[in-house]
Amino acid sequence: MSVYVVRRTLQALLVLFVMSVLVFAGVYAVGNPVDILINPMADQIEREQAIAALGLDKPLWEQYTTFIEGAVTGDLGRSFVHAAPALGLILERMPATLELASAAMLIAVLLGIPLGLWAGLKPHSFAGRSIMAGSILGFSLPTFWVGLMLIMVFSVMLGWLPSNGRGPTVELLGVPVSFLSLEGWRHLAMPATNLALFKLALLIRLTRAGTREALLQDYVKFARAKGLSNARVILVHVLRNILIPIVTVIGLEFGSVIAFAIVTESVFAWPGMGKLLIDSINLLDRPVIVAYLMVIVTIFIVINLLVDLLYSVLDPRVRLAEAKG
Amino acid sequence: MRGNLLLAVDGLRTHFFTRAGVVKAVDDVSFKLNRGEVLGLVGESGSGKSITGYSIMGLVDPPGRIVGGSIRLSGRELVGLPQEAMRALRGNRVAMIFQDPMMTLNPVMRIDRQMTEAILAHADAGEAAARARARDALVAVGIPSPDERLAAYPHQFSGGMRQRVAIAIALLNRPDLIIADEPTTALDVTIQGQILYEMQKLTRDSGASLIWITHDLSVVAGLADRIAVMYAGRIVEQGSCADVLAAPAHPYTQGLLDSVPSRNPRGARLRQIPGMAPSLMALPEGCAFRDRCPRAGRACAIAPEMEAVGAAEAGRAVRCHHPLVPHTVEDA
Repeated sequence: MSVYVVRRTLQALLVLFVMSVLVFAGVYAVGNPVDILINPMADQIEREQAIAALGLDKPLWEQYTTFIEGAVTGDLGRSFVHAAPALGLILERMPATLELASAAMLIAVLLGIPLGLWAGLKPHSFAGRSIMAGSILGFSLPTFWVGLMLIMVFSVMLGWLPSNGRGPTVELLGVPVSFLSLEGWRHLAMPATNLALFKLALLIRLTRAGTREALLQDYVKFARAKGLSNARVILVHVLRNILIPIVTVIGLEFGSVIAFAIVTESVFAWPGMGKLLIDSINLLDRPVIVAYLMVIVTIFIVINLLVDLLYSVLDPRVRLAEAKG
Repeated sequence: MRGNLLLAVDGLRTHFFTRAGVVKAVDDVSFKLNRGEVLGLVGESGSGKSITGYSIMGLVDPPGRIVGGSIRLSGRELVGLPQEAMRALRGNRVAMIFQDPMMTLNPVMRIDRQMTEAILAHADAGEAAARARARDALVAVGIPSPDERLAAYPHQFSGGMRQRVAIAIALLNRPDLIIADEPTTALDVTIQGQILYEMQKLTRDSGASLIWITHDLSVVAGLADRIAVMYAGRIVEQGSCADVLAAPAHPYTQGLLDSVPSRNPRGARLRQIPGMAPSLMALPEGCAFRDRCPRAGRACAIAPEMEAVGAAEAGRAVRCHHPLVPHTVEDA
């Protein structure tokens, strides 16, 4: 077990290193921030001073070594625009994104698994067919469009929910959160639903497919032959088996929800990391972009590790010590 | 007939209503089983033998359903029994063992839970009492160090051991009837023998009746008291094990026996039944076997009924116009 964790950590560091090289080179290729950041009226001397101040006069490899030296001590550079540590800027925005992502994932899981189970148990019923038809919509409607429609219906036409922002936040262990107040919930409801929609559709389909497959297995028939109630057969025997792929997907999708909440955050003006990233890309704020991507990669790595650990709990056939790669 | 009657299946019909048409998987099957008796239900794949077992268990899945006939267990009618009453019988009075032990145990649950849940589904026993009974059941089927094994997962067992666990689960509530659906087919020959022996011993000790479903006549030869041969959803021959094997009355049974390699002279070409089992959706008119039957004649265009053959006291019956054993002559 400890060997496993050590090996995974080394792998993670390798992934982070490779990622940092790619990101650094990629961002360098995108464009020169100096053109955007510096007053076009500035003269050549001011210009060169500014470039030197940002460290952009040095060759790429030297900029990269400087970055790595800082990164090892937890300093991912300073934002060109905000003149503040990039990591600090991101961490400041992270609770908002995490809250949105968690709420979305919760909606997707709490609705998706029961609906998928239902559709899997009664695939030919009206309800089963309706659930599947709905999930196709969830897959195919573009997120931004659904977001705009939600705003139009619930904010503009009905006036029930606020269309943007986080609303008032309450401090929970020093972290500002929305979900502890009713007003916060009203702000959270629409963006979370919007973000959940795609994942909901995915979970419905996954759960349904798993259920249909599990129902054909002999162990289900044997469980019924033991005289177990239907509820026990489904909630214990079927669900425990289909939970294995579902947990994997939930884990991976949670990472992607955090990373790619950008669209939803933009539509609902949610003050999260995604919006920060968009703004930073527009201004070519290199340190923030790089730091954001490093943070996201770290989140993905941590979630994957957690999923693997959870996997071994759910499926006794999986032994972590034997897992390779 | 010795003993008292446990199970009486009469005119059972289980049909599957598929898009392509109605599949008459079980069509007019009747047999009786006494307490403590072992019935070998023999037939090719698709002959309806497993579906007969599922029908008794009340485990026929849609689009299939029992459309007619009756199944009486200790005098109680099972066809049309409410779901909850049927559930209370399953695993309690009637138990079933399946073909592939690799598939019958839930891979993500420990053995102890899979065993105790079968007890707790039928009795208000405590968790500890149920565990003790589960442990005893493992001992009874010959599993070493049962306490450790209770905490294990199915993948930690070999195929033979898993089948023993499945048998232990089936026997937990001392059922009156055990339906064993080819439980040795998926096992090594050596393990097959052990499991056969174990089943024989356990059912004899517990006084349970056994329906042993198989396609392998050599398996039932040493095990069954009586044999029922199924073909295309119908029982075509019934009789005591010794009589049927010594002198089969139905040409199909004869064909099955001839297909057993060890019965053929060494070096001779293996005999086989010509043709293929017919589709259950398009059965020929009359006798379903007539297209493959060497003895078929004009009379076979009319479906034969079950008729007694051989000595009157032997209790043999066959569904054939031209049986290999003459019809019983009724005394005036």
